[in-house]
Amino acid sequence: MSLRKPAKDQPDSFEFNPSSLEAANNIVAKYPKGKQQSAVMALLYIAQRQNNNWIPLAAMKYIAKFLDMPYIKVYEVATFYTMYNLSPVGKFFVQVCTTTPCMIRGANKLVEACKEKISENECELSSDKSCSWMEVECLGACVTAPMMQINDDYYEDLDKEKTSEILDKILNGETPKPGSYRGRINNEPENNRKTLTDLKNA
Amino acid sequence: MLKLKVNDIDVEVEEGLTVLQACEKAGVEIPRFCYHEKLSIAGNCRMCLVEMEKSPKPIASCAMPAAEGMNIKTNTSLVEKARKGVMEFLLANHPLDCPVCDQGGECDLQDQSMFYGVDKSRFKENKRAVPEKNMGPLIKTQMTRCIHCTRCVRFATEVAGVPELGAIGRGEDMQITTYLEQSMQSELSANVVDLCPVGALTSKPYVFEARPWELKKTETIDVMDAIGSNIRVDTYDWEVKRVLPIINEDINEEWISDKTRYACDGLLHQRLDTPYIKYNGKFEKASWQEVYKIIKSKLENTSKDKVCGFVGDLTNMETAYIFKEFFDRTVESVNYESRSDNRYINISKRENYLFNSSINGIEDADLILLLGANPRYEATILNARIRKSYLNNSTRIVSLNDCGDLTYPYESLDGQTKTIKEIIDDTHKLSKEIESAKKPMIIIGESLLRLENAKYLFENLKDFLNKKNKFSEDWNPLNILSCDAATVGNLDLGVLNNKTNLIEDLKSNKFEIVFLIGQDNLNFVKKNEFVIYQGSHGDKGAECADIILPGSAYTEQEGYYTNLEGKIQKAFKASYPPGDAKEDWQIINELAEFMNNRKLFNDKDELDSSMLNYLKLKSEKQTEQNDKNSISDFNNENLKINIKDYYFSNVIAKSSKTMIECNNAKINFKSTGTEG
Repeated sequence: MSLRKPAKDQPDSFEFNPSSLEAANNIVAKYPKGKQQSAVMALLYIAQRQNNNWIPLAAMKYIAKFLDMPYIKVYEVATFYTMYNLSPVGKFFVQVCTTTPCMIRGANKLVEACKEKISENECELSSDKSCSWMEVECLGACVTAPMMQINDDYYEDLDKEKTSEILDKILNGETPKPGSYRGRINNEPENNRKTLTDLKNA
Repeated sequence: MLKLKVNDIDVEVEEGLTVLQACEKAGVEIPRFCYHEKLSIAGNCRMCLVEMEKSPKPIASCAMPAAEGMNIKTNTSLVEKARKGVMEFLLANHPLDCPVCDQGGECDLQDQSMFYGVDKSRFKENKRAVPEKNMGPLIKTQMTRCIHCTRCVRFATEVAGVPELGAIGRGEDMQITTYLEQSMQSELSANVVDLCPVGALTSKPYVFEARPWELKKTETIDVMDAIGSNIRVDTYDWEVKRVLPIINEDINEEWISDKTRYACDGLLHQRLDTPYIKYNGKFEKASWQEVYKIIKSKLENTSKDKVCGFVGDLTNMETAYIFKEFFDRTVESVNYESRSDNRYINISKRENYLFNSSINGIEDADLILLLGANPRYEATILNARIRKSYLNNSTRIVSLNDCGDLTYPYESLDGQTKTIKEIIDDTHKLSKEIESAKKPMIIIGESLLRLENAKYLFENLKDFLNKKNKFSEDWNPLNILSCDAATVGNLDLGVLNNKTNLIEDLKSNKFEIVFLIGQDNLNFVKKNEFVIYQGSHGDKGAECADIILPGSAYTEQEGYYTNLEGKIQKAFKASYPPGDAKEDWQIINELAEFMNNRKLFNDKDELDSSMLNYLKLKSEKQTEQNDKNSISDFNNENLKINIKDYYFSNVIAKSSKTMIECNNAKINFKSTGTEG
């Protein structure tokens, strides 16, 4: 991870569309008067959703004015959290968890697959510009490690082969089935274990 | 009061203080980087860790409120280990470039690593490299050295009121920067150089100039504005290398404006170093005897009422006093004036031209009304106080004019003087507010006093406040915001002439001899006058002069200055005037001796005591006089705030290259169009 810089090509202007504006106003209304700046994180996310999954500088300025706070404060928040993308990402945005539990379970193989299939470096668009990937910190699905997130869905219990299959599909424009790739439903234990005290199959 | 123990010493502290402050009270020094008395608490450097009884871990003393019965230990092995550990982490990424770092010798990190650090590093990894940032013409950045104390960020947000600095990124990749690397738009920006505990932010004009231990340090007074900030002038040989603030809680706290700090390179350029005489439109070098001789013969062959003298904006009080004595006793004329415009001043009482509520009083005020003043540019340090008052007490601030960004929110009125009349006549909503306010402050700028109706407005405003019983023993709501260092001192000494309008007479070319003491702001067209200019810099005054007497600047002679509150302070000599130039009072004394074979004063001490005696007698004698009858009828006027170009407000600033750069940076910033 290094400091993420805003993209070089920036749109000139940004404005919330009606549905984003409504969502933003709903969020701002949750905070007491004069404390509307607390809504900055939610608003940045709304802006990111509206703008193809990344936040241009114009959007940061727009939000700063919207919440009556200095530009630099919005900029600080946007650069702090890795959830905010400061440069364009692919239509399929792959985030590979590489924090300790996933790393122990072989997350670096997933990264290898991404490097082979999508692009050599992270945060770089694939040759057909449809896909990009990055390493991220814990996504909270350690029980099904190793895993990755593509747009809003989790793909769990992966290894290099399965990852390559998934990536092939998304590069063909298909949306693969999310969830565990070892046949688990949600986070249930494997081999029919039902309780933690049931040590028979452990 | 809370009672607690620090290293078994009992201390009592007020509620709301921190453990660190309690330790200081017990005489125990705690190392720190991020903590600063005048800024909010961040608690992120962890250098101030101390041990507290019953706490399993060391605590950050700067962020922990002191509480009853605490038992703090700062000399245990746990504390020592904690400090060593923190220092090791701080040094993990800090480059070892002290020999080429401008902070070397006055660096908190350097000093503290000598005391608390270990002598070797366990880190084998590469050090972090951070690109340099652009922060304008005054601040040089070397961000690899930054230890992320965020003092600069807090200063910009809290004191300067320009939230342009911030910390972007996270963890090891955190960087301090301005928004998209634009230069900082504040007149207090360079204070971050003093605040930075390491060499990340250093002074750009002073880069690689000198080491702190080579410099001679002189504590003196600033003359860039009427505040009278306390400063320390650092000189190397006779050259002034830099100007730093010294703490005076009543005046400038710990800050000085950028002009105070960086106009000092103007002391090296455009200097007058030898007497000059103009022959056929060309200046030629001369000796002191020659010029005295010419002045003597000119003065002797001219009638007294055709001679006039003007004292400038940077002149110290001794010079103004001896100049007045010279006119009274040697020339025998009263045609002297210290103003450069026709502004109204009632000098019968000192309170009529002082900032009576005092700078400290701003923090107690509950209503501030600005009439024709733009404190951000006319008195930057005072503006920082108004901002502080706004932050602490949400003081209501109203300005007659829209002054742009003053770094705090204020209500602006229409800029017409009829609004002031409405307030005086009790028909405006502000009249009620002033009446109900406990400590209102009316700040009157020089722009208002220049109006034709200034007398009407000023005297009636005073009456209005009197009627509302706003004058009490501990509060005087009437404040005049003077702009120049010499203004109040000259008025105290009575260097002005209210009987005849000397400036109009000068402009209509009624005089034959014009004597200018550092006065460069008179816009008159010279015809046949014989102009004598005495001053330190070659500027407008010297340009039109027939004789130039080279004087000294504020760092080159001892002299008193009275600040806008009426506080008299002494400036000390840090350096020497260049070439043949002499101290200002000496020139006039010698001239008087040349003319009458008798000195006005035997030495500087006699001059000082005579002047202080004069001031004392005058303050005892003063009575309020007010010629009510001569107040003209009221006409509405459009009050426009005319302020001098901030970076070029006096001859020293005008000669300074750094000030030109600041001005250019400001112009460039405006023209990019990205500020909106």
